[in-house]
Amino acid sequence: MINSAPPRRRPRTLFDKIWQRHVVSDFGDGLCLLYIDRILLHERGGGMALAALSRAGRRVRRPETVFATFDHVLDTRPGRTGAALASGGAEFIDALRRGSAFHGVELFDIADERQGIVHVISPEQAIVLPGTTVVCNDSHTCTLGGVSTLGLGIGTSDIEHVLATQTLVTHRPKTMRLRLEGRLPASLTAKDLVLHVIGTIGAAGANGYAVEMAGAIVRDMTVEERLTVCNMAVEFAARSAVISPDEKTFRYLAGGTFAPKRALWERAVAAWRELASDADAVFDAETVVDCGDLEPQVTWGTSPEHTLPIGGAVPRPEECRDPARARRSLEYMELTPGMPIAGLPVDGAFIGSCTNGRLSDLRTAAEILKDRRVAPTVRALCVPGSTRVKRMAEAEGLDRIFVNAGFEWRESGCSLCFSGGENFEPGRRVITTTNRNFENRQGRFVRSHLASPKTVAASAIAGHIVGADMLGNRAR
Amino acid sequence: MTSEPVIRLTGIAAPLLRDNVDTDQIIPSRAIRLQKAGLGRSLFAAWRYSDDAGCENPEFVLNREAYRRANFLIGGANFGCGSSREAAVWALKDFGFAAILAESFGNIFYANCIANGLVPVALERTAVSRLAALAEDVEGRDLFRIDVESCTVHPPDGSSIRFFLPVLYRRMLVSGKKMIDVVLEHEDEIEACEQRNRAEQPWLVPVR
Repeated sequence: MINSAPPRRRPRTLFDKIWQRHVVSDFGDGLCLLYIDRILLHERGGGMALAALSRAGRRVRRPETVFATFDHVLDTRPGRTGAALASGGAEFIDALRRGSAFHGVELFDIADERQGIVHVISPEQAIVLPGTTVVCNDSHTCTLGGVSTLGLGIGTSDIEHVLATQTLVTHRPKTMRLRLEGRLPASLTAKDLVLHVIGTIGAAGANGYAVEMAGAIVRDMTVEERLTVCNMAVEFAARSAVISPDEKTFRYLAGGTFAPKRALWERAVAAWRELASDADAVFDAETVVDCGDLEPQVTWGTSPEHTLPIGGAVPRPEECRDPARARRSLEYMELTPGMPIAGLPVDGAFIGSCTNGRLSDLRTAAEILKDRRVAPTVRALCVPGSTRVKRMAEAEGLDRIFVNAGFEWRESGCSLCFSGGENFEPGRRVITTTNRNFENRQGRFVRSHLASPKTVAASAIAGHIVGADMLGNRAR
Repeated sequence: MTSEPVIRLTGIAAPLLRDNVDTDQIIPSRAIRLQKAGLGRSLFAAWRYSDDAGCENPEFVLNREAYRRANFLIGGANFGCGSSREAAVWALKDFGFAAILAESFGNIFYANCIANGLVPVALERTAVSRLAALAEDVEGRDLFRIDVESCTVHPPDGSSIRFFLPVLYRRMLVSGKKMIDVVLEHEDEIEACEQRNRAEQPWLVPVR
């Protein structure tokens, strides 16, 4: 009998499958011209790119693929009017509004139910889909790998370029499979895992790589947990991160405002089922991070790689990857080697951001806050990641739990993740669900400790850094 | 449309041998405005000034007399990591920097450098350390040269070090041409890729 089977295709990774379909041209030296399916804009740069395009006399090539929102400098205080608190902030808002109107770009304006942090709303409303290439003027665009989208953060000039040409000139990154292995305690969160990954491989650990997060732990995660893990890939220097799609991915996107409908949806899902990395696909690098019996994680220093288990002690600089940096971090953070991280008093607590501002994050925190009160010395805020997240949380009564506990309940946006208008008071110590503990990130001399929503909620109650398991009884 | 060609550069090198210098440190968020000009004043603000009034921290390298007019910055690994803010590159240029020499760069920062004609020079760690030590020794008295066409650094000790820059990027820098003009020559290929993908995967057009 003649073997009529088609010649077997070389096994490919998820990244390879997305990349190959989108390469328009190869410029050599690893540089490619990549077709881009979606362009996401926020006011910090989006308006500048649109204005630059107008000045050059060019048009947006495919306006239907562009979505704009306000998140970075938009006021998040209750009853906001749309004014920006940052000096110069109003100009950014105005520029995006004018540019969007001029170029026919869909903008989720301040009163729009669809407004929110760009990396929260784009999977929430199925603006981004598995197998697509997406750019945004934001480094955390890698978040979108949680729904098997290749998200590339780029600068304002490159945004202008993509708006005009629907393509990006970019290096083809090498591929890395990063497998999380081990048995996890049930109480551990995705944030703890990704902080542990950064602590293990370092802040420059995946420089030049597109990373596929893999392993049984990732398979078992919810989509929102996957978005959290991919969000912080840029903190270990990855060009992007992706996770192979499965039925959970499709369920998360189904019914999203911009998702394909009916027969088209069925066709899309059938194609997406073919996207997962082939079993025998070869990656340029394989990394395994042991997560067995992991404790909740918290950062002590000024790089996301400065992580510790919550039961741990501040390290000596000599034990760190970069002793000189560690010495400066200790000084900035006002910590001394050997002191336990738990028990350190905090002045501020922040729950929100593109890392941990989704409904599941708010639910987890609310579970801890229910029938408890924030310590009187702590200023605590919860900033939902999108207007929809806020509405859904309110429908479940989560806002009452936050407010009764003593949290400020905000409108959606990036808020105090960085100095986008408001700051924590100079020198305050803050425990935060955000992604960057850089010097002065949340205010002048502010000391930021990154942690999960659970740990932040528990620490806000205790008035010092503490794991949720160690918290005392609830009030009666 | 073109910008200034970048071919041969000569100037003072300043050492800032730290790893993972993030763009929040290069330019703090609160200093960013819609305008690019004038950002140099806020370059490395938190390290350069000891208070909001602009009182200088004398120990920071760019406040030392020898490096006030530096043109090249020598950094460590993963330079420009973190936020995608292009203002980091605009601030470096506005201060007077024409090239950054480092062991490696944040991916987005590297692309932003190219878009603005700031030359990113990636070198081995040993080379970076040697150049930083040399920059410290000569204290701005002797000049460094960078030849973009041949991808060579000429430090003042008479040696030369090659670095890698993709041909396309080299061409952009040397000609001062904008990437957009090069890419629009590929319009037919762009169109073909778009048509094929949209035909095979009609859901790529957002459903409204």
